[in-house]
Amino acid sequence: MKVTFPHMGTVAIPLKAFFRTLGVEVIEPPPITDKTISLGSRYSPEFACLPLKINVGNYLEAYERGADTIIMAGGVGPCRFGYYAQVQREILADLGIKYEMIVLEPPRGHLWQTLGQLWQLAGRASPARIWQAGRLAWAKLVLLDRLDRLAARTRCREKNRGETGELYRQALSWIDAAANLPAVAAVERRIRAAFEEVEVWDITPLRVGLVGEIYTVLEPAANLNIERFLGELGVEVERGIYLGDWVIAHLFLDALRLRKDRRLMEEIAAPYLGHFVGGHGLENISQTIEYARRGFAGVIHIGPLTCMPEIVAKTILPQVSRDWDIPAFSFLLDEHTGEVGLQTRLEAFIEMLRARAEKGTGLNLSGS
Amino acid sequence: MPVVGIPRALLFYHYYPLWRDFLEGLGCQVVESGPTSRRILQQGLAAAVDETCLPVKIFYGHVWELKDRVDYLFLPRLVSVQKGAYICPKFLGLPDMVRHSLPQLPPLIAPTINMNRRGRGLLAAVAETAALLKADPWQTWAAFMRAWRRWRRWQDLQRRGLFPLEAQELLDGKGGGGEKRAGGRLRVGVLGHPYNIYDGYVNMGLLRRLDEMGVEVWTPEMLPSHTIASHARRLPKELFWTLGRSVLGAASHFLTDPGIDGIIHLISFGCGPDSLVGELVERRAQRGRGFPFLLLTLDEHSGEAGLTTRLEAFVDTLEWRQEE
Repeated sequence: MKVTFPHMGTVAIPLKAFFRTLGVEVIEPPPITDKTISLGSRYSPEFACLPLKINVGNYLEAYERGADTIIMAGGVGPCRFGYYAQVQREILADLGIKYEMIVLEPPRGHLWQTLGQLWQLAGRASPARIWQAGRLAWAKLVLLDRLDRLAARTRCREKNRGETGELYRQALSWIDAAANLPAVAAVERRIRAAFEEVEVWDITPLRVGLVGEIYTVLEPAANLNIERFLGELGVEVERGIYLGDWVIAHLFLDALRLRKDRRLMEEIAAPYLGHFVGGHGLENISQTIEYARRGFAGVIHIGPLTCMPEIVAKTILPQVSRDWDIPAFSFLLDEHTGEVGLQTRLEAFIEMLRARAEKGTGLNLSGS
Repeated sequence: MPVVGIPRALLFYHYYPLWRDFLEGLGCQVVESGPTSRRILQQGLAAAVDETCLPVKIFYGHVWELKDRVDYLFLPRLVSVQKGAYICPKFLGLPDMVRHSLPQLPPLIAPTINMNRRGRGLLAAVAETAALLKADPWQTWAAFMRAWRRWRRWQDLQRRGLFPLEAQELLDGKGGGGEKRAGGRLRVGVLGHPYNIYDGYVNMGLLRRLDEMGVEVWTPEMLPSHTIASHARRLPKELFWTLGRSVLGAASHFLTDPGIDGIIHLISFGCGPDSLVGELVERRAQRGRGFPFLLLTLDEHSGEAGLTTRLEAFVDTLEWRQEE
């Protein structure tokens, strides 16, 4: 069995650590390129959302490298993601590609079910081994989130443009190479030391919240490297979603019914959106309000074109933006979105935020 | 007597008699918006963010048409009408999307119906609506039972081959014999959401055109619900969209029914669930020897000439196949 899985940001690093510790052979799809995206788009439904198409590109490229089993997450709706695997399976089968597909359906309140599925996958691994694999993957996940936050803080202040980006790339490979927990701890020290070395300006950068659908927020190839682009414009970006937080919330707290944060989000969003709408629709509304309360200069909202929950959010966001006096810029992406077009619009938005910050407040230029 | 408006869009085509009779039973005067028109579409387009799907844009247009002549708008939040399934994320947020897209709306009557959550089902929604309109509990109950029975009868009439509007007229005692129109030379299954099939403006009179061409139309609403459900359940993983189940279940039935000569699938531009369900249907039609299949994507720019040409070509194909 040669296992592969779709990319989403840096999730491949902890996943590889998990499966390799269990002795499962992993074939990682090559990094997402324009070729991956056009390959995936060619065989996917035209109006499907972008992540589905990029997944298909990942599967096809991993297949060329010898993968024979896909591990994919499932879902119970209402967003399309929960049905991705079924459609992707049919696309691959009709192409005559022999792939085994293992779909991890989210537990409907049963943590044991998730654990059981993982155990089957792990192929008779001992509980001690699974625990070890889980801990290593978890340590890497936590470190990746810390790295992302550290990079965001440094990038907007760096004296030499691009230095943080370069260091970030190296740090990813260090984390990937760490074979055990002590090695992960050593890598963390090394990363912190390396970031200390980056020369920075002593400035207070403009702070912007990046909210939206999880895949487009986490995957630089889908969002045209928005985080790095904004950082290098001198903007400090805080994301609404970090992978570790998300895993805790969805894999564990949901199953144990401990989602107090969710109740809180619903309360915050209630004046604007009275019901969850799937995906990250409701979270976007409440996070935008949170960013306004915390004094952020603006919010950028991204998601895939035709994404149902994000369209609900995009419809409501202008009102939130007016009421809370925080400019919000919504942008929905697909495989045809051009990097230059997006960057020009982002530059204009940031320019506006700067002008607004200089004037104190006053002018309300919100809405997009 | 409060005047309550019901937009003639989205699930109007599925629930109208139930909603109308219930609200009338509570002592309301019910008005619905007129049939979709160019003006309604334009208003909907103006109110919506670009990426919104066509059916929701049209819904906005109908709300706009009603808003200044009613005391309330009836706009239930249909989260789930079937255990284990949803409608679509946009239906979950519909009352909020409407509130934030159109200015100066009358108060909304927006009870939540969520069959996935205990205490959020139909009866809770009935009680919520009645409380808002200050109706007395007995009157509410009687009104609901009557509306429910009549709605079921309306659905039965559709299963006998009537279109929703014909069934409605029969139910209201306005003409019609209650029989399906005379059979045609060809029989075609028309798939899609009710608001695409039965809104003659959006689909440019598809049903009328087919009728004029001598084609007998079968829709998902004309099939027994257990037929649809049993076909829909055959998927490795059942769809979690009620409307998707209905389309896919009907498609599987039509594909195996020797009496059906071809399938036309109407999908809306920008519809999320349709983008996947449509793909599944098309792949099923193309497998094996291939089944005559026409996919029509409805958008605000659709031209009649294009539709006519494609429809004529499709019907010609069916005729050739029949001659063979």
